[in-house]
Amino acid sequence: MSLLSVENIHKSYSDHQALNGVSLEIPEKSIFGLLGPNGAGKTTLIRIITMIIEQDQGKVALKGEQMTTELVRRIGYLPEERGLYKKMKVGEQLLYLARLKGLNRSDAVKRIKSWLAKLELSEWWNKTIEDLSKGMAQKVQFIATVLHEPDLLILDEPFSGFDPVNADIIKNEILELREKGATIIFSTHRMESVEELCDHIALINQSEKILDGKKLDIKEKFRDGTFNVEYTGTLTGNSAFELISSETTERGLNSSIIKATVEDPNELLKSLISKVEIHSFVERVPSVNEIFISQVKGGNHE
Amino acid sequence: MNNIGLIIAREYLTRVKKKSFIIMTFLAPLLFVGIFALIFWLSDQGGESKNIEVLDESGLFPELFVSDDDETYIYIDMPLDSAKKHVEFGIIDGLIYIPELSNLDDPEGVSFYAPGNPSISLVRSIERRIENEIESIKLLRSGLTQEILDGLESNVSIHSINLSSSGEEKDSSSGTATGVGYVAAFMIYMFIFIYGAQCMRGVIEEKTSRIVEVIISSVRPFHLMMGKVIGIAAVGFTQLLMWIVLTSVLGSVGINVFAARAEASQQMTEAIEQSAEIQAQPVNPVEDIMKSVNSINIPLTLGAFVFYFICGYLLYSALFAAVGSAVDSDADAQQFMFPITIPLIAAIASLGAVLIEPHGTFAFWMSMIPFTSPVVMMMRVPFGVPLWELGLSMVLLVAGFIFTIWLASRIYRIGILMHGTKVNYKVLAKWFMMKN
Repeated sequence: MSLLSVENIHKSYSDHQALNGVSLEIPEKSIFGLLGPNGAGKTTLIRIITMIIEQDQGKVALKGEQMTTELVRRIGYLPEERGLYKKMKVGEQLLYLARLKGLNRSDAVKRIKSWLAKLELSEWWNKTIEDLSKGMAQKVQFIATVLHEPDLLILDEPFSGFDPVNADIIKNEILELREKGATIIFSTHRMESVEELCDHIALINQSEKILDGKKLDIKEKFRDGTFNVEYTGTLTGNSAFELISSETTERGLNSSIIKATVEDPNELLKSLISKVEIHSFVERVPSVNEIFISQVKGGNHE
Repeated sequence: MNNIGLIIAREYLTRVKKKSFIIMTFLAPLLFVGIFALIFWLSDQGGESKNIEVLDESGLFPELFVSDDDETYIYIDMPLDSAKKHVEFGIIDGLIYIPELSNLDDPEGVSFYAPGNPSISLVRSIERRIENEIESIKLLRSGLTQEILDGLESNVSIHSINLSSSGEEKDSSSGTATGVGYVAAFMIYMFIFIYGAQCMRGVIEEKTSRIVEVIISSVRPFHLMMGKVIGIAAVGFTQLLMWIVLTSVLGSVGINVFAARAEASQQMTEAIEQSAEIQAQPVNPVEDIMKSVNSINIPLTLGAFVFYFICGYLLYSALFAAVGSAVDSDADAQQFMFPITIPLIAAIASLGAVLIEPHGTFAFWMSMIPFTSPVVMMMRVPFGVPLWELGLSMVLLVAGFIFTIWLASRIYRIGILMHGTKVNYKVLAKWFMMKN
């Protein structure tokens, strides 16, 4: 059963259509990558899910229930355009944000303390945000998002502003939250983290969803039967494959991309072995990045 | 809703805990009372007592110059040249020289010697005393008796009474009403400006620090706006209350001190007056002020002040909040601030005209329009305003702030999420019309 279902959302601003009939099913305990170029309508969609703005048409349901102002508290949202009160102390600020989410004071204090300890910020309780480095402020921001243990976490570019070490810490926290049962919507332009973290993805372009499903299924769908071969000797196309391109690697080996015309990779390999000395043989599975670029470009050219 | 309470609490506490707030709250009444006390003290002081010698060669005025707090008169009998030396050497502050006056119809040669230029008021008072005395002497010489002269003296002081519609007589003092009105009107004007601007800056801060989107995912925009408006109103109200309490405590201490001193000096002057057989009205200025303050309906004025203070603030701060939501920085806010501040400034500027005729048509309308009524009505209230006028003005003001809050919230909900848009009035109108 899906945790969040978005059904046929339409939203238009006075001068343009921001979303045009977008539907999504976000499975429970998944890490769902919401992808799309700038201005595609991702932020609008997220704002509709979090009830910041209202859709013109369509439905949003959390665990099968129509979204309400009460239910929206089960969401933790880390916006891309984020910040904190600069003059407010870390502890007070987290307490305020937690209580806005409906936590009572003592619970909130307990959780804030344990989170600050976990992210090594304990001694910063009484410091103002101004005194913190950008990375630390981002950590505080992350804590504010997850304090109320939401069922659904919406993270818009969660790693921006983090150095690789801290980004890794946050990544592990996200994975841990998923282990504990949270579902995560992940909106980013950093394809390597999508590749690494997401199990589902959806691609939005020009106000419409153009792709969605399990990451592996999508990759499967975009597999085109090309292989990367490194070898010594000379290679020409035959009945088993077509030669697409060739180059020489740094190690002095030849490297070619070939497109198989036979189903069985073993057969393909056999036909290669008979001709050249193979050093490596790898199927070219498209990366999310490649799929993203090909789809967005294709979409824009239509 | 619990959330709006949390927002109000945050807005209130972060501001009240600020050092600048605490300093202003305690310093302002001290300054206020201090300045008044200083003025009072200075006017009470009037410089040091002057030693003045009187050389009366005519012998006509042996008891004319009597020492008082300000001047000590000493009659001397010596040649003019040696008396002048006293002035030259700075032993005394002045010398009155009255020569032999052979012709009282044309008294000539009276001189006043002083080390510098004497004050005009001192010279005038000496002139008047001599003139009066010569007049008396002439009248006596023409055959009138002292009794008749005493009988001629008449003293009129006008006592103005405010006859209210209920037929009840009150001592009126338009001076005090003016003072109270001005202070009240000006306080409201200042508070609307200071706290309205705070409201605007608070919204801009939330917008530029980008926390607004974090908060808006757990709070309705309207609650966030109202929480801020109400929270800051509570800050202003706290400050006002503290000022009233502190000022009245300090003020009453001050008044008691001055009253005690005034009483003492009054007894002293009475003693002097008795010995000098001069009749004068005993005057205690503090008592006088207290009496005229009592002529104003204090509970009504205070109640109206609190009402106009809060409602006027609500009306304007909603608009200030809307401006804050529309812009990205304080600098951009200027162009939208202008139309908001115009009615406020107009209200303050019209006070002079209102004062000339507090019950005229102009004053009436200015105190009905919600944008000017908080300031203008407070100018009028101490003069006594018919209750129906006050009621109507209040109802209109409440309607006014409900309208501005509604208007502002429609702009606010869109504005706070807009960054980098070039905003003009057309854009604002579009936001306003936008459906949810």
